[in-house]
Amino acid sequence: MFDDFFTRALIAGIGIAIIAGPLGCLVIWRRLSYFGDTLSHSALLGVTLAYSFSFNITFSVFIISAVVALLLINLQKRTKLAGDSLLGLLAHSTLAIGLVLIGFLTSIRFDLMGLLFGDILAVDVEDITIVYLGGATILLILYFIWKSLFSATVNYDLSAAEGMRPEVSNFIFTLLLAGVIALSIKMIGALLITGLLLIPAAIARNISSSPRQMVIIATLAGVVSVIAGLFVSLEINTSSGPSIIVVALLLFIISLIPLEIKGQLQK
Amino acid sequence: MTENNNLLVKLDNCGVYKSSKWIVRGISLEIHKGEIVTLIGPNGSGKTTSAKMILKILKSDEGQIKNFASKMAYVPQKINIDWTMPLRVVDFMKLTSHINNLEIVDALKLTGVDNLLYNDIHNLSGGEFQRVLIARAIAKKPDLLVLDEPVQGVDFNGEIALYNLIKKICSTLNCGILLISHDLHFVMSATDHVICLNGHICCSGTPRSIVKNSAYIELFGEHNATTLSLYQHDHDHSHGTDGRVTNNV
Repeated sequence: MFDDFFTRALIAGIGIAIIAGPLGCLVIWRRLSYFGDTLSHSALLGVTLAYSFSFNITFSVFIISAVVALLLINLQKRTKLAGDSLLGLLAHSTLAIGLVLIGFLTSIRFDLMGLLFGDILAVDVEDITIVYLGGATILLILYFIWKSLFSATVNYDLSAAEGMRPEVSNFIFTLLLAGVIALSIKMIGALLITGLLLIPAAIARNISSSPRQMVIIATLAGVVSVIAGLFVSLEINTSSGPSIIVVALLLFIISLIPLEIKGQLQK
Repeated sequence: MTENNNLLVKLDNCGVYKSSKWIVRGISLEIHKGEIVTLIGPNGSGKTTSAKMILKILKSDEGQIKNFASKMAYVPQKINIDWTMPLRVVDFMKLTSHINNLEIVDALKLTGVDNLLYNDIHNLSGGEFQRVLIARAIAKKPDLLVLDEPVQGVDFNGEIALYNLIKKICSTLNCGILLISHDLHFVMSATDHVICLNGHICCSGTPRSIVKNSAYIELFGEHNATTLSLYQHDHDHSHGTDGRVTNNV
């Protein structure tokens, strides 16, 4: 069944959506959407480095994203510039460094469009294996730090006072975010990853009344967006990554219509 | 030695230094099991900062902190829950502990808000939210409970009931309580040890001894200090949250 490129795309995309669901909720709760953006912009640098030194792309992107995330935390301690300014600084400078480096890579044919918007139809079995192994690792770690992470999201002081060690889980969460970007860059692309993190979670917020419900709905909304987006792109011959995001946007608009189910879903 | 076994926290000359000044300095205090210690003092006197040092949220920049508490619970002064987080009272109660719904309902009953179990936390009134906060801390069955202005926004009758509850919790759980309160009436009638803060410890001692202290009188004004000290009396009855008279336990 892995022979068909479309089936491979579906399997890989669903895997990404399942990882993006819970992480996306945390990104929304913690107001980190711009942070996700910065990490994905810096991913470009990661890809360029991977090509230059013939590293594994996923690994290289993960390292660069993680370094940028830690750099941000460090910068925040050193300067009084607001968080969004620092994020912009890091996002655009890493993007620029990445693009400058591409200029040196004349020997390699480089698909810039593919990098920015991803090419899910080109995934091979190895990519799928990486997505599922990496994804399982991310979700497993997330499961173990969830209580600490969640309590720190609600109130950091409370979480710290009651022994949840939020500083540790915050740090791990940053790495997990870098991880999901690394896993999905090849398929969704640097510019659209944040969309796949945010939009399903935003859909879920409109129609859920408890955190668990929001995580489940976000995951489902992501999976539905991927499946429907891929079929649409196949049917009317549009690029796959953007089609997925457009479907997610349509779901978001539908979720704005007040749903009566909301009350009934409450346990 | 028995004295030491009951010791929960000991601060020795601690302080917090931030933005090139000392927020509080020279804080030395002890909290034991079954004891209510109260911090009083004007705005900006470092009450919350001192509490955060005790809770290990802030590090002390000098001196020494010994913390023997195995489980701490905290009722913060201000807590804002963003709308993007869908949260019901029942989810909030489980925030930092694994407790079942029965224990949750029991704790909410104590503060009179068990009917709000499945309510959206964003729709609670200030007083209701405060009651949920206190219930959440109690449900943890801590050995050190830190309450920062716990009854703000609660109606007058509710205030008395909640203060009585805090007193009761102290003895039933045999936990130490650190209370930050503006209610000098309660402080003077139910606290074991009062610490008067103003960037440093102005004076401390039992309520009876402190009302005669000149530093205390200077801080709160002679009028307030004397009126309130005269107000020491015991209630022979108390009121439930609905206003009915309930028997004192």
